[in-house]
Amino acid sequence: MSQVNPFEERMFPAIEFRDVYLYYDDKKVLDGISFTVRKGETKIILGRSGGGKSTIIKLVLGLIKPDSGRILIDGEDITDYTEPEMMRVRQKIGMVFQEGALFDSLSVYDNVAYKLHEQGLPEEIVEEEVRKMLRFVDLEDAIDKMPSQLSGGMRRRVGIARALVGHPEIVLFDEPTAGLDPPTARTICELVVKLRDLENVSSIFVTHEMQNIEYLSSEYAVINEKGEVVFEKEGEKLCLINTEIMILREGKIIFSGKDEQLKKAATTDPYIRRFLHGR
Amino acid sequence: MSFLQQGLYELQELTLLTFRAFYRLRKKPRYFREVIQQIDIIGVGSTPIILLTGFFTGAVLVLQSFQILAYYGAQSQVGRMVTFSLFRELGPVLAGLMVAGRIGSAITAELGSMVVSQQIDAMRALGTDPVKKLVAPRIIALLVALPLLTVVANVSGIIGGGITSKYIFNLDTTVFISSVLDAITTKNIIVTLVKPFFFGLIIGSVACYKGLGTTGGTVGVGISTTRSVVLSSIVIIIADFFLTRALQNILGIDF
Ligand SMILES: Nc1ncnc2c1ncn2[C@@H]1O[C@H](COP(=O)(O)OP(=O)(O)O)[C@@H](O)[C@H]1O
Ligand SMILES: [Mg+2]
Repeated sequence: MSQVNPFEERMFPAIEFRDVYLYYDDKKVLDGISFTVRKGETKIILGRSGGGKSTIIKLVLGLIKPDSGRILIDGEDITDYTEPEMMRVRQKIGMVFQEGALFDSLSVYDNVAYKLHEQGLPEEIVEEEVRKMLRFVDLEDAIDKMPSQLSGGMRRRVGIARALVGHPEIVLFDEPTAGLDPPTARTICELVVKLRDLENVSSIFVTHEMQNIEYLSSEYAVINEKGEVVFEKEGEKLCLINTEIMILREGKIIFSGKDEQLKKAATTDPYIRRFLHGR
Repeated sequence: MSFLQQGLYELQELTLLTFRAFYRLRKKPRYFREVIQQIDIIGVGSTPIILLTGFFTGAVLVLQSFQILAYYGAQSQVGRMVTFSLFRELGPVLAGLMVAGRIGSAITAELGSMVVSQQIDAMRALGTDPVKKLVAPRIIALLVALPLLTVVANVSGIIGGGITSKYIFNLDTTVFISSVLDAITTKNIIVTLVKPFFFGLIIGSVACYKGLGTTGGTVGVGISTTRSVVLSSIVIIIADFFLTRALQNILGIDF
């Protein structure tokens, strides 16, 4: 096969929703949602709680099915896939759940190692990968603990480590920073930026916090001369094009664009202003 | 939806879940370790209560019926009577109901809390089929363990009956044992193994179905656990009637 130009590749949609509707009983939760997440792009989803953000993420994973509309992953229409067919697609997606959703009968080690154990890999390889992932989220000390012994933030970080095992091309974050202290929240955002800029991971990032949007849409990661990862702010040198924001209201997308456009929209649209500034 | 429709719908979903659990086993992975682990939890874990309940059931059978048998001069047949009742009826049903209460409830509660804490979703997101990893091993373990537990209940009941007839009614032990051996026929053995096989299927399917269908947070877990135990107990007792009739037709109604 011919080599794909990385710039061209970035134009491919990793996730695509086409006019998706979803009802729970009689309640319309998604009202004709269409959007795409390109390869290497981070899509930030904002919206009131109960607005259908987690629902969108579950649809991407095929955990629930839409009532109408199509959903494509890497150009592959997964809408009508059966559960066994979905299993193959899910191999390339990592998911960070709102509350961590750790298996509480398994230790931190076994939680993070879950996917690798399922693949039947030899234990030395598993251990190396698990330690690497736990170091990544700064939790190597907790390796032998049970989930019930961890704080909320630690559980979330173990959830992130578990989602990133096996280097998924797509990672879905469902409010990964909710209820965490600012430094931990910052660490998680840096992680997302690193995945986006250094590993070309596509992601959906659901959040309520303005600070996260600021980090994600104005900073980028590069490797400096010493080989270290450093974060730089966008400016004259570079304008970030791989992070977009989407606002959901009553099942519809009422805004979609870059952070600059969002700031502009906030001056004219009272709903967006209230959403961003609380009044 | 009317009550009947609801019932039929649940029956359909439950049956589908059970079929899926077996059907998907044709492809790897098959989770043998989980099966062994579940057999250990269900089988070994339930042995003490089965021993205890079996023992006293056998004992009370003798207590209740010895005098009636003696009235007809048939006290030497008390061992046969105990064995017959245990093998054909009380062993399977008793083990079934005890396991429905102890294991069925635990399975529903476990799967139910995994649902409400999104662990099932997480499992699916990580590419594991919960039907294969959680449902199939539990049903298979019950199919293996419940017949064995029934045998344990039978043996323990016979011992209980023997001790009662010896120490309360002064019946000679050899008389008791020889009448017990008379009753251990091929037909009785088939019945005592076939019934719990079906009861195990009922407990496993109902418990997993109710567990995976849990909604409404921790309160929901409590509700589905109760429903699981009630439903599987009722279905066991009803199924017992039809199984008995079917086995009578197949094996012949005589001893
Ligand atoms: N399993 C479910 N059954 C019924 N309603 C649900 C279910 N899951 C979510 N909902 C409803 O769908 C709406 C969207 O939920 P969700 O996507 O979780 O919102 P968000 O993540 O934006 O807070 C909410 O109003 C919620 O009540
Ligand atoms: Mg949510």
